[in-house]
Amino acid sequence: MISLAGRDIIHSWGKFVFTGFGLGLLIGITLSMAGIYRGMVDDARVLLDNSGADLWVVQKNTIGPYAEPSSLYDDTWREIRGMPGVKQVANITYLTMQVAKDGSDVRAMVAGISPGTPGTPGWPPLLVAGRHITRSHYEAVADVATGFKLGDVVRIRRNHYTVVGLTRRMVSSNGDPMIFIPLKDAQEAQFLKDNDAIRQQRRRTAANPAFNRPAVPGLLEAAVATQSVNPFVNAVLVQVASGHNPLTTATSIRRWKNLTVYTRAQMEEILVGKLIATSARQIFMFLVILSIVSSAIVAFIIYTLTQGKIREIAVLKLIGTKNRTIIALIMQQSMALGAIGFVVGKISATLFMAPIFPKYVLLLPLDSVIGFIAVMIICILASIISIRAALKVDPAEAIGG
Amino acid sequence: MSMKGIRIEGLKKRYGSGDTAVDALKHVNMHVEAGEIVGLIGPSGSGKSTLLKCLGAVIEPTAGKMVLGSDIIYDNGWRVRDLRALRRDRIGFVFQAPYLIPFLDVTDNVALLPMLAGVSNAESRKRAMELLRELNVDHRAHAMPSKLSGGEQQRVAIARGLVNRPPVILADEPTAPLNSDRALTVIRLLNDMAQKFETAIIVVTHDEKIIPTFKRIYHIRDGVTYEEKGEGRSPTEMAT
Repeated sequence: MISLAGRDIIHSWGKFVFTGFGLGLLIGITLSMAGIYRGMVDDARVLLDNSGADLWVVQKNTIGPYAEPSSLYDDTWREIRGMPGVKQVANITYLTMQVAKDGSDVRAMVAGISPGTPGTPGWPPLLVAGRHITRSHYEAVADVATGFKLGDVVRIRRNHYTVVGLTRRMVSSNGDPMIFIPLKDAQEAQFLKDNDAIRQQRRRTAANPAFNRPAVPGLLEAAVATQSVNPFVNAVLVQVASGHNPLTTATSIRRWKNLTVYTRAQMEEILVGKLIATSARQIFMFLVILSIVSSAIVAFIIYTLTQGKIREIAVLKLIGTKNRTIIALIMQQSMALGAIGFVVGKISATLFMAPIFPKYVLLLPLDSVIGFIAVMIICILASIISIRAALKVDPAEAIGG
Repeated sequence: MSMKGIRIEGLKKRYGSGDTAVDALKHVNMHVEAGEIVGLIGPSGSGKSTLLKCLGAVIEPTAGKMVLGSDIIYDNGWRVRDLRALRRDRIGFVFQAPYLIPFLDVTDNVALLPMLAGVSNAESRKRAMELLRELNVDHRAHAMPSKLSGGEQQRVAIARGLVNRPPVILADEPTAPLNSDRALTVIRLLNDMAQKFETAIIVVTHDEKIIPTFKRIYHIRDGVTYEEKGEGRSPTEMAT
């Protein structure tokens, strides 16, 4: 038996290809949306992986440093270093801001990293060009996604930094590229006030009789001095020595230091489950809407194509064609349309949409397989209306009268 | 009455019920021998289409009897279980318009019926080609229907009606869209095919130019048939 659907598709190939192309662009957007979600999750994991930490020590009862503000004194690391199972500790600050260069600016997450050597928690693990930060001030390592090049001078707050190294795939959970600067500079940048505000604060402190006591010389200067430095960091990153269980070490830190500690799994849960949860829900809703729109389009197209063949279907039924042959004709056409659409969608998502999209789009093979199955199911469901219409066609229509 | 052909006795068809009931067929008697071609003539609303649908097992009559060959197919109820198979294997249809499947070429339009009946593709196409040769359209075997002239399309439609060697063919105004010469050619072909394949052919028509070719004519008026002797003129002579 010949394939009626195949012959009809070959006969009206232009209609099918162009319809499939339009449907394919819609499927491409759907695949890209799924890829954006995967990219967000991957960004979160990359941030955690690249931090080089096994534990994140943050302000008590917060879910910092990525999902909530967290402040710890910058000498807290000394106490943690002495805990059993701790191999290495380092302070870290994170500040998302606009980083300026030559009149333009880039959205970036600025990380303040402790002095150390490559492998220190918080340091970028791999450079694609240049070198690590070796000076205590005004050097930066930037992700290539910032568009900065080696030797570029960028401005963060009031200070200028020379880009000495470049990394790749060092991004925040929002997908913003990261810029690493020395910790002290980052601490200063985090709470830096403008000069008017500083002068006003000094004036207010001097006007406060509690600080300005003639009988206590040096008190006012000491009070002002505490206001001009930032002794806080956002978190302490901890590497656990081999052979030690991070959970046990985390429990010890929580119990003895009254701090909140997260393991890698807990921090991933915070990032994926809380930080990007709203975005994930939005993307899921878009996926649902796009799937419904795709279904409606396929159903409409197949219904229109079927209505255009009512006379042929009546003739086929009159000459004794079985219902299953007519069902196969419509369903195979619907699935062929879906297959054309999926191929176009996959190609457009991979070659055109993902590379130009401003966020990282991660197209997983498994998602493509699931997407293909979903498209086929949608096409089968969408063909049901047309099949019902075709089965209702009276063979007597071919005779007329 | 031979064991071939079709015989209809006291066929009735009522649409609706109660006060709104309409008797489209009140009393229809017909018989058409194998190899014979008869005309069925009547004004609009006389019941021609209803009769054709009953004969084609598309709608169920209300009462009566239909015998196809030696088989009773209807006797106050269908006597065959699979009406689709009945239509596919034992009734051929030729319509006013050819209604060829636009996405199949000429050969496959004709070969589709045996394929639907389970005959292999190769055998079906062989049968189709033989018929196309008989009807002198084999040179267009691989053309799509849209590339054929009206006459060629109608010949392909006749081939499709004949391909399963049905004992009866129902032709619904097969010459309506054709000019005189082509109409007479179609009737000649139907005559030839009826005799060659021993098929009984019922031609429903309004077409004045082909009516003199029938040896027997059934008139239908208000759902009742009346038999009349026709002129039985040769379509070939009429054309010349």
